[in-house]
Amino acid sequence: MKNTFIARNPSVLWFLLALAVFTVVVTILSEATGFGLISTSFLKTLGKTLCLCLVAIAMDVVWGYCGILSLGHFAFFGIGGYAIGMWLMYARTEGLVQVSLQSAALPPTPQEITDAIGSQIFGVVGSSDFPVIWAFSHSLTLQLLAVILVPGLLALIFGWLAFRSRVTGVYLSILTQAMTLAMSLYFFQNDTGLRGNNGLSGLQNIPGLEDRSQAVVSLWFFWASAVALALGYVLFAYVVSGKFGSVVRAIRDNEARVRFLGYHVEQYKLFIFTLTAMVAGIAGALYYPQAGIINPAEIAPIASIYLAVWVAIGGRGRLYGAVIGAALVSLLSSWFTGGSAPDINLGFYVIKWTDWWLVLLGLSFVLVTLYFPKGIGGIFDALDRKRMGGDAS
Amino acid sequence: MLRLLLVCLALCFAAPFAHAQSLQAILQDHAEAIESPSRRTVDAVIASLADAPVDGIPTFLEDWRDKNIWMRTSDGVFFSVVEDGDGLILTDLDSGEETTVADDDGFSQAKPNAGVRRVISGALVQFLLSDPDISRRIAALESIGRDPSADQLDPLRASIDGEPDADVLARKQQLERQLTAQFGTDTDARIAAINDLSGDLSVEVRGVISQILTTRQFVAASIPDDTNVAQILVIDEDLTADEAYQLLVAEGLAPATVSTEDIVSTLTAQIADGQVAGVAVATLDTDAARYAAYETLVANGDAAPFVSPEERAAALDAHTFYTAYVEPNSAITDAAEDAQAAISVQLGVGQTFDLTLDALSLASIYFLAAIGLAITFGVMGVINMAHGEFIMMGAYTGYVVQQIVPDYTVSILIALPLAFMVTFAAGVAMERLVIRHLYHRPLETLLATFGIAIVLQQLAKNIFGTQARPLTSPDWLAGAWVLNDVVQISYIRIAIFVLALLFLGLILFILKRTRLGLEVRAVTQNPGMAASMGINPDRINMLTFGLGSGIAGIAGVAIGLYAKVTSEMGADYIVQSFMTVVVGGVGNVWGTLAGASLIGFTQKGIEWFNPSNTLAAQTYMILFVILFIQFRPKGIVALKGRAAGD
Repeated sequence: MKNTFIARNPSVLWFLLALAVFTVVVTILSEATGFGLISTSFLKTLGKTLCLCLVAIAMDVVWGYCGILSLGHFAFFGIGGYAIGMWLMYARTEGLVQVSLQSAALPPTPQEITDAIGSQIFGVVGSSDFPVIWAFSHSLTLQLLAVILVPGLLALIFGWLAFRSRVTGVYLSILTQAMTLAMSLYFFQNDTGLRGNNGLSGLQNIPGLEDRSQAVVSLWFFWASAVALALGYVLFAYVVSGKFGSVVRAIRDNEARVRFLGYHVEQYKLFIFTLTAMVAGIAGALYYPQAGIINPAEIAPIASIYLAVWVAIGGRGRLYGAVIGAALVSLLSSWFTGGSAPDINLGFYVIKWTDWWLVLLGLSFVLVTLYFPKGIGGIFDALDRKRMGGDAS
Repeated sequence: MLRLLLVCLALCFAAPFAHAQSLQAILQDHAEAIESPSRRTVDAVIASLADAPVDGIPTFLEDWRDKNIWMRTSDGVFFSVVEDGDGLILTDLDSGEETTVADDDGFSQAKPNAGVRRVISGALVQFLLSDPDISRRIAALESIGRDPSADQLDPLRASIDGEPDADVLARKQQLERQLTAQFGTDTDARIAAINDLSGDLSVEVRGVISQILTTRQFVAASIPDDTNVAQILVIDEDLTADEAYQLLVAEGLAPATVSTEDIVSTLTAQIADGQVAGVAVATLDTDAARYAAYETLVANGDAAPFVSPEERAAALDAHTFYTAYVEPNSAITDAAEDAQAAISVQLGVGQTFDLTLDALSLASIYFLAAIGLAITFGVMGVINMAHGEFIMMGAYTGYVVQQIVPDYTVSILIALPLAFMVTFAAGVAMERLVIRHLYHRPLETLLATFGIAIVLQQLAKNIFGTQARPLTSPDWLAGAWVLNDVVQISYIRIAIFVLALLFLGLILFILKRTRLGLEVRAVTQNPGMAASMGINPDRINMLTFGLGSGIAGIAGVAIGLYAKVTSEMGADYIVQSFMTVVVGGVGNVWGTLAGASLIGFTQKGIEWFNPSNTLAAQTYMILFVILFIQFRPKGIVALKGRAAGD
């Protein structure tokens, strides 16, 4: 079985090989091992990019393979980040509070510790009580479960409602966008207990690893992201291959026909939608400790649309396309908007890339949609055809 | 004739006498208090001035308050003074004669402090109520309205009869009712006044009534006879047992309980050698351990004992908790309670009406934002994610026009058609260049138009910067239509409502009554058949898309008038607009109207339950829409039969 899966998907091996080489090279060049050619901040950028690639292949599976243009998967990504962020913030604040309460005359009671943590975390939104949703924030295990279960459950409920009433196509996209907007508005509120638009911060300080330098911790997270991407890639490659994958692609191409053939279309869609949401949550949980801060703006509908943009530019319906698209566009974005791209002086006007990058991105996006619907991945197809003698369709 | 002569003579003799009773003379009686006024002495001065039969007292009081009264130190005479560089222009208080002195040596200024100035202003009111200058009378009434007090009642009543101006008279009578209700001495008169007030919704009257109904919380073993009791408080219903006990403690009727903080401070104070009450300090890290240690201290007599639950219950049982009106007369408080009940009923009606107006105006904004989308999305089946950016373009067009044409009325009249033209052109260009190629790939239309939206948004940011630009409405649209203190709506919102109605009519007319509309509907239903009937579907699609975009531009001007114009304003409306169209039912103008009304009213309704949190209202509104689509997937007004297609 394993052999046939690999045999049918040679690209998986190539991808894993490329990822392994990349990881080893980056590790050798990182600050932690002494070469220091790759700064810690750039290492974090690379690690974050790997997480974005992971959520992009999830998006590719749900859109490129199953035909559901979800404009909400980046919200699941954000929820994963919030879930892990709650533990990171709680545990770190607990450590700080323990130290500061040492000086008190009496040793602190558990209640006093909780109160102190509460006022530390929620003081910024004028509260000090722990909201219900923080009930498990003291436990890493439970919050790790939440990383997977909360996006999974949300996707399950939303998907069940949407697919059951046969909302499809653009209507479904709009509905997912509405869901995303609702979620981001929910996170924006001060009284929902997630610190409103302050978000969660200080996530780069991992409790228990205070004595390790950021260079080392970043490298560990980079490795974790690479492993997660590799596992995710294999998982999705497995899911979309074989009979199951054929049905999923058939749903994309003609949903009604698949239904008439006797398949439970809704169950297939629901499975894909939920699974990809869970993977998006995991990707977010790895991303935000490297980013250090998460706020509701990250969940806004626009972020999910950018996710679709990456996948479209990289090439839908092929997993490596999503990886290429996400890596390329997000790295270019951070290069252009980071201010390090050279401005172009036209004599009468200076093109500042911080101002014009989005214009370029938007235009290239329109062009890709119009003329290269297969995205960058289409180039590989063209190469393939050339090698095969130009007869493959 | 002789009598007249006698009168003249008497006046001649009286004149010097009257002069002795001049303002200056009265002031000299209180020279010390005027020159260095204080809260203690000012009342006496004002009392003697109030009874004095001389002119110019209001002017003097104003001058005094404004620190324009100076005293010549050589003879103690007071002058009204205008400072003129180093010198002073002196005005005699009685004759009004002006003299100028070169410098202010030998003069000292009376400088009343803020408290004294307030007293003087209060005293001025009674003089000003009958002042011939109407603006001063109005100012006096305003000052009464701001800070009513019992001593204003008599001067106010006295001034009503001679009042020539109808508006001022009405205001005086209104204030007289309020003051009588609050400060009157006669019970029947007060009740009559309170009854008169009961139909009034103004904030002022509500303040007066609740002032009369002010209550205080008391606790006593038994209620004293002369108390006007508002309510007997039941423990666990009206107040918690803890609160009740705290009240007892505060009144000194029961011993204080020992709080957690007390325990900590007592224990901390008695730490010795790392031990307290024979227990190691390090073990005191639970509440139970701390209680045990404290008990030991109590047993040793080193701490105040706990109050046992039984003692607490007994203390609570032995006392009655009640609230009593500050006003001792129960007839008056009963009348006020009735008035308050009547007002609150009217208030509820007014608030409901106000909420309805709010919801209507929100619905018309959503309608304006969505109607263009309803045409492109509903009629043509094209998803235009750049629709919000067309709204933004329209708003910026309005802004640019206002920069060129300074007259706001003219500029709005120019901006509306110009915004239509600009976005019409943009829409046509977009249809020709992009959307035409994607008619059979709706998801890709969504993405391509999103790309255009990013470009337009960033271009607007590059051109106009990130800060919000104002779109100023003309004067005749400023302000609000105020029905009373509860119900009011700004004219801009009314204008938007009218505009929305106008567009509803216009679009219905175009679609149902014109050649273009007929062709649009034909192309919508069956492009192939329409083409074989000689209709050019390309041209129709282009025009329809242009029309939808053009309306977005006009909506942009309207929305820009009441919200700030930013490059991101379109993004704020796009999701709501899509939901409006989807909820209403795709492909139907009436559906869009129904969708906008439903969403507008739902959102305002949710806000009403939780007014401080509009974000929550939006969140729940979206959830509501998602659920709504479960039950009516095709929207409120679903097309039936062949037109529904699929």
